[in-house]
Amino acid sequence: MSTPDLVADAVVKRFADHVAVDALSFSVERGSFFSILGPSGCGKTTLLRMIAGFIAPDGGDIAIGGQSMRNVAPNRRPVNMVFQQLALFPMMSVGENVEFGLARRGVGRADRKRKSQEMLERVGLSGAAHKRVDELSGGQRQRVAIARSLVLEPTLLLLDEPLGALDLKLREHMKIELKQLQAAFGTTFVYITHDQSEALVLSDHVGVMNHGRFEQLGTPQELYYRPQTPFVAGFVGANNRIVGKVDSINGEIVALSTASGWSIRARRHGSPAAGAAVEAFVRPEACILGRSVAELPQEFPVQAGAVQSLLFDGANSSVLLLEERTRHEFRIALPQTGQFSDLKPGEKIVFSFDPERAACFPARAGADGRSA
Amino acid sequence: MQTRWHARLMLALLLAPALLWLGALIILPHLDLALLSLRQRTGPQQYVSSLAQYRTFFHEPLYWHVFVRTAVMSVVSTLFTLLVAFPIAWIIAKILQGRASSLLFIVCLVPFWVSETVRTLGWMILLRESGVLPALLVKLGLTAVPVEFLYRDATIMLGLVYTSMLFMLVPLVSSLESLDNSLIEAAYDLGASGASILRTIVIPHAAPGITAGCIIVFMLTLGNYLTPTLLGGKNSEWFTEQIYTQFITRFNWEQGAAFGFLLLGLSTAMVMIGLRLAGQRFGDVMRRT
Amino acid sequence: MIPSLPRPAWLRTATAAYLIAFLVFLFLPLIVVAVFAFNDASYPAPPWRGFTMDWFLGNAAKARTGLFQDADLLGSIWTSFVVASWVTLLSVLVGTANAFLMERARFPGQQVLSVLIMAPLVIPGVILGISILAFASRLAELGEDLFGWELDFLRPGLPLVVLGQFSYMATIATLTISARLRRFDRTLEEAALNLGASRPAVFRTIVMPYLAPALTGSAAISFVMSFADFNTTLMLVGADSPLTVMMYGRMREGASPVLNAVSLFLMIASGLLALTLLRGGSKPPQVQVAAPSAP
Repeated sequence: MSTPDLVADAVVKRFADHVAVDALSFSVERGSFFSILGPSGCGKTTLLRMIAGFIAPDGGDIAIGGQSMRNVAPNRRPVNMVFQQLALFPMMSVGENVEFGLARRGVGRADRKRKSQEMLERVGLSGAAHKRVDELSGGQRQRVAIARSLVLEPTLLLLDEPLGALDLKLREHMKIELKQLQAAFGTTFVYITHDQSEALVLSDHVGVMNHGRFEQLGTPQELYYRPQTPFVAGFVGANNRIVGKVDSINGEIVALSTASGWSIRARRHGSPAAGAAVEAFVRPEACILGRSVAELPQEFPVQAGAVQSLLFDGANSSVLLLEERTRHEFRIALPQTGQFSDLKPGEKIVFSFDPERAACFPARAGADGRSA
Repeated sequence: MQTRWHARLMLALLLAPALLWLGALIILPHLDLALLSLRQRTGPQQYVSSLAQYRTFFHEPLYWHVFVRTAVMSVVSTLFTLLVAFPIAWIIAKILQGRASSLLFIVCLVPFWVSETVRTLGWMILLRESGVLPALLVKLGLTAVPVEFLYRDATIMLGLVYTSMLFMLVPLVSSLESLDNSLIEAAYDLGASGASILRTIVIPHAAPGITAGCIIVFMLTLGNYLTPTLLGGKNSEWFTEQIYTQFITRFNWEQGAAFGFLLLGLSTAMVMIGLRLAGQRFGDVMRRT
Repeated sequence: MIPSLPRPAWLRTATAAYLIAFLVFLFLPLIVVAVFAFNDASYPAPPWRGFTMDWFLGNAAKARTGLFQDADLLGSIWTSFVVASWVTLLSVLVGTANAFLMERARFPGQQVLSVLIMAPLVIPGVILGISILAFASRLAELGEDLFGWELDFLRPGLPLVVLGQFSYMATIATLTISARLRRFDRTLEEAALNLGASRPAVFRTIVMPYLAPALTGSAAISFVMSFADFNTTLMLVGADSPLTVMMYGRMREGASPVLNAVSLFLMIASGLLALTLLRGGSKPPQVQVAAPSAP
């Protein structure tokens, strides 16, 4: 096992009125794609800027490639950064942008030219060296920003929500491209984003960040299927959130009911006592939908509801329904067969889900009743 | 149909003041000045076209000398103004943030709400032989007797730099403010040092602002009359003085007009050279001031 | 460099020292002028001989003529005031028309006109002065020769001073007002029209209120710059001297603390003007434009 490329050890950063990064420790393996996922204001940008060296931590240490970065200036660190707005130099051509860092290292003109040509070729921009930065499309600019950093062969490439400014179609495309680039170069990427889909698609490991801490650190699959905290359950992927109190506990399965009297079952996290406040999460695609009870598997409790509206979104279509007795809103993914695409508002419907695939957490202090 | 007629009327109404202003106060007077400079008085009310006024200028070493001296000192004082103003503009635009930055900017502009006459009076009280600075130097034992600081080229230069500061500071601050900090961070992140960031990122970005400031300052310095005459006295030898002497004292308007055109030519030529050097266009630059 | 990059201690110290030195350089002349307005001596020079108000209030009985007893100086302040008012009025009116002409209208020759509008900024003030002087005299002579008219307003005097200052102030007003008009979101106008407002009503209720800061800003600039103008004025002045020309004359003759007194008066007046403008809610960007006083 080689030394991790990035090790953060109890890193702290305080601003006047709050703690932006709170004693955070983690490490990133060589050659992996690591994402930090969190809502805006969670401290992820501060963390990234500390790794880059633009902010000094108040406590703890950051080591890159096994070297402590304490008192190492940003221009002396073996990291490069792709900025949120890319920060391509508008006063230089594409080629000059890519050569910039090499020139600062004193690499000779001919070498510089050759390396930047090679790099532009690898990112699929072989003819663009003489173009001005503003002649490029959004995706091409993205690639220049990455090429400009990777040509320096950094230990670590930091990416600060670089896809945020792109439109949806291009963003989907660039996700794939980024993943391929990372695989091709084998450089360790540290990527921050508030978009859970980017984090899930791209990463080997994701740290879900909230209030300056990691709520959970794991593979995308772990985060999605086995969220460890209600925040992760609510933030990663769509989820139905049900707030209630524990009725009974049977092994791993908790029976809970809402204030209005709706009862469901879910797998427990932690060990809540009977009567304790809890919140449960049920994924829309974990539910099975039927027009009659006979269509549902027999082993799970059957729920009934009425269609409120159909949310058609191609393969991601779902139905929003109201539970029969309590009028609790609940969202269920439609099967891709098109079987239920003719549902009408008001129509009666039944559904069920495996309690093993629903998660029940002790309620968070101060959490409100809205679904996350 | 009615709206088109309406639009034409509006356009005519908007054009009228501009044409009247530029025609009557700028274009025609300058054409007239050109004609005036190209004639020679042969007797009462009698004139012939001639280049005599310009010939006089080229044949009289005094005029030449003053002309070149004015040009050189204006260039040097413009460069000094740039050097002094740039760090201040950087502090305002990049180092200070929020209220502190706008406060410092306002503070730097305040002295220029007072007329140049007042500011020059201040420098005279500070620098003349019986003034504050010589008295201070005697008191500190640095000089035995009070030194006269007025009537020196360095003093004229000081006054010119001082009085032009605002016109350098404003375009510099606005061009540096428009420089995205992430460009500087990116350059730094890619391994650049402070000096190379200045050379490769900051100066290329601020070039239009630097050009604008230099053009305005050069033009104002070249055409300045008050500061050289008051701080330089008889030794000032500034070209605007020659124009004043010809026009007002000697009443030789033909010669004064020719001098005026030479100054205008010099000013225009320097502006052109400046724009060419910076690769800028006049309109873009002026909009920045 | 910028705060997010490490700055060594010596650099921070040097920056602070430079800033302080610059501010001293900037304010020292003004402070000296103000202080010596109160020195009890007939010449504005050290040493300090005690505090007096003579240079404001003094009269013939005290053998010192203070500012408020000096009819010539007071008269020249009034002259400057009248000139500045006219220049301001003309510049703002023409500047507004020009702003709409350049930002809203499209017509052949617009490019040429836009360069011409900026030209007065790069013509030295002295030359603006002599060209207008010469042209006006020629018109006056023509009027006299052809029609026997006495066109006195074309002879050196206040009307020419007003025209001379206006000739370049109009450019500054045009630039200031155009800059704001350019940033105006035209969908606001479309929205107002869509809500049923007539064009004149849109102009009155939407466009003008939006332009108001630029109008007051450019009015203040014009007023202050007119008060301060020397180069153009010097060439066009007749019997009545505006304040700068009067002060220049007296400064050449020799110094008197009454000049310090009138200077202090100017500082306070322009300070108050600047403060009212700032209080009027103009944010720093407008203050940036509102940077007046050409040499």
